[in-house]
Amino acid sequence: MNNSVRSTARMVWAGLRAMLVLTLVCGVIYPLAVTGIAQAAFHGKANGSEVKADGKSVGSELLGQSYDLDKKDKDGNPLPDPKFFQPRPSAAGPNTENTQYKLTVSGASNLAADSKQLLDSVKQRRSQVAEFNHVAPSSVPVDALTSSGSGVDPDISPAYARLQAKRVAEVNHLPADKVEQLVEDHIDGRLLGFMGEPHVNVLKLNIALRKLAQG
Amino acid sequence: MSPVLSGVLQFVALFAALALVYRPLGDYMARVYDSKKHLRAEKWIYRLIGADPDAEMRWPAYLRGVLAFSAVGLLLLYLLQRVQGALPGRLSLGFHSISPDQAFNTAASFVGNTNWQSYSGEQSMGHAVQTLGLAVQNFVSAAVGIAVAIALVRGFARSRTSNLGNFWADLVRGTVRILLPLSVVAAVVLVACGAIQNFAGIHEIGQLTGGTQQVNGGAVASQEAIKELGTNGGGYFNANSAHPFENPNAFTNLFEVFLILVIPFALTRTFGKMVGNVKQGYAILGTMVLIWVGFTALMMWTEFAHHGAALQAAGGAMEGKEQRFGIGGSSIFATATTLTSTGAVDAGHSSLTGLGGGIAMLGMMLGEIAPGGVGSGLYGMLVMAIIAVFIAGLMVGRTPEYLGKKIGTREIKLAACYILITPTLVLGFTAVSMAMSGPPGQILNKADGSVLHSGAHGFSEVLYAFTSAANNNGSAFAGLNANTPWYNTTLGLAILLGRFLPMVFVLALAGSLAEQQPVPETAGTLRTEKPLFAGLLVGTILIITGLTYFPALALGPMAEGLS
Repeated sequence: MNNSVRSTARMVWAGLRAMLVLTLVCGVIYPLAVTGIAQAAFHGKANGSEVKADGKSVGSELLGQSYDLDKKDKDGNPLPDPKFFQPRPSAAGPNTENTQYKLTVSGASNLAADSKQLLDSVKQRRSQVAEFNHVAPSSVPVDALTSSGSGVDPDISPAYARLQAKRVAEVNHLPADKVEQLVEDHIDGRLLGFMGEPHVNVLKLNIALRKLAQG
Repeated sequence: MSPVLSGVLQFVALFAALALVYRPLGDYMARVYDSKKHLRAEKWIYRLIGADPDAEMRWPAYLRGVLAFSAVGLLLLYLLQRVQGALPGRLSLGFHSISPDQAFNTAASFVGNTNWQSYSGEQSMGHAVQTLGLAVQNFVSAAVGIAVAIALVRGFARSRTSNLGNFWADLVRGTVRILLPLSVVAAVVLVACGAIQNFAGIHEIGQLTGGTQQVNGGAVASQEAIKELGTNGGGYFNANSAHPFENPNAFTNLFEVFLILVIPFALTRTFGKMVGNVKQGYAILGTMVLIWVGFTALMMWTEFAHHGAALQAAGGAMEGKEQRFGIGGSSIFATATTLTSTGAVDAGHSSLTGLGGGIAMLGMMLGEIAPGGVGSGLYGMLVMAIIAVFIAGLMVGRTPEYLGKKIGTREIKLAACYILITPTLVLGFTAVSMAMSGPPGQILNKADGSVLHSGAHGFSEVLYAFTSAANNNGSAFAGLNANTPWYNTTLGLAILLGRFLPMVFVLALAGSLAEQQPVPETAGTLRTEKPLFAGLLVGTILIITGLTYFPALALGPMAEGLS
């Protein structure tokens, strides 16, 4: 009995020392080394792929943002700004646990495929997007009707970008063909021709649009 | 190119990449664990631990090492979260200490290689907990899993000995020679593609329409690399691998799936090498690949078909999916993450089609063996192989053998105990949660319950949670609000019991196999390196899982998928 207590105590002592040593290796040296390489070789990317326009930071290339008016609808939701291309719906929420920050907490809606709530929002979004863009409800693509996995999806489908081009051109008093060309120029195809889906980065498209509108 | 073809081609590319590294990585890992030499860095580590890496251990000593090391890790990670509020500056980012039940849940989850998360990383964990706590367990819990698998392989490879190797040496080698170098390479690739890697605080960046938004900094790429390689799955952000800072584009998406699968698959080669017959490893590999390909095909089929009223109305299963990955890439990821014990997600699993959610759940219910977690996948599959030769032995009335070792009463008892643990935990805890009249259950009246949905999907949320925890997966139908004392505690217990009880039986099995004298192969020996055996093994796995879980699956995802 005494023997096994002693040997267990020895094991725990060795376990504690192992844990501390491996914490030093995997929790200090490893992340610092990777950070060193990353900051030296990929400074912009390692720090969040921030995009500048006219010398000002306008966001991260990788994070979706909202393009809303200051006005709100009757439910208190901000109204989308028709001057800009609009991103996908988002289920990301406000920071609730530590309110010293105004962070967006990433996440999906987690609503089931047969959820009544999701069905209702899909129907509502279809009519809203159709009305907003003056198009037929049946022409609204799926990414405009569903919220993304992260809630900060930076991209929309080429179909959704094309659908918005006419409205954007009208509101900005630009020739429709110019805006349509802008959309085509901003389509990122599948990587190596087969990976992922074609998409349009909304921030980059809107920056180019603003430039075009400012002449 | 159609999205379906793109999905198929991505799978083919993934398959080819895995095939390419299978032999070199598998052989390398066999050399790592067979080697008699120690690297200089390892010698320093052994000196600091105070352990003799050349001292052979019998199975009880090996088990004591596993348990002592994991218990210390559990305690340290718990304490680190509990004192977070007192840590200065960037160490805590000003976040509070984690509550006792959530800190227990998280510690159990990361030490148990599960990485179930009842917290949202970006609003609760500072740099100290993420990097010194969670990321470290990503390494060492994975190394412990591989060590236990290697001990079992030694049980088959050795004879007339009770020695299974040295736990400290296996732990350190797995970390230093396998996980660390692969992680450094993977992390740099991820940063090059856009994953962030810094120690900035939460800071403001501009917005195009004016104003600012607050974003997190963090050592994300370095954690992402080991999160996938170690089949851990705990995301830096709440959205996990759906978040663009963790998974910036379609290539990284496929690359992360590759990282998830590469070690579990290659370990079958390591196994073949170490038992001196690589064909035995191929039979195990074939079984894993067959299930993996089949499940991926099913997942793609149901997701592209987008059954379910809301998805039909939307015209596609894009709810909870990112545009850059699309349905193909997300289906490949969802299948790989649930067939291994990873649990990282690049899409909201709760919004998969009813059948897609069922496939994800079934993948976990198989026991995470196709190819399963690092180490745990291999030992889980070897236990299944023992069951399969036992069934074959019953059919012909012969004492079963596997790899020259007799599968006698003791071995089959240990294997049977092994496969009973997770179903007991999953079904037991789910039943108790559902039966409780208070907030934990409350499926029919979801007003004050934890579940987001009523009816079949609400039941699925709870079943998924315990399946995920007991099988050490960590993914979720995240509609369930699991940050309650009940779920934090019971899921934490399910994780610990689901991780360490099986290890007890595996190591006991290893000890009993190692002591045997090998029996010579005869004309009547079941040829376990042949495709026929792989087929028998697939059948055994599906029948055992089906018999165990069919009623529960019928109440949840099947009811949902057929409605």
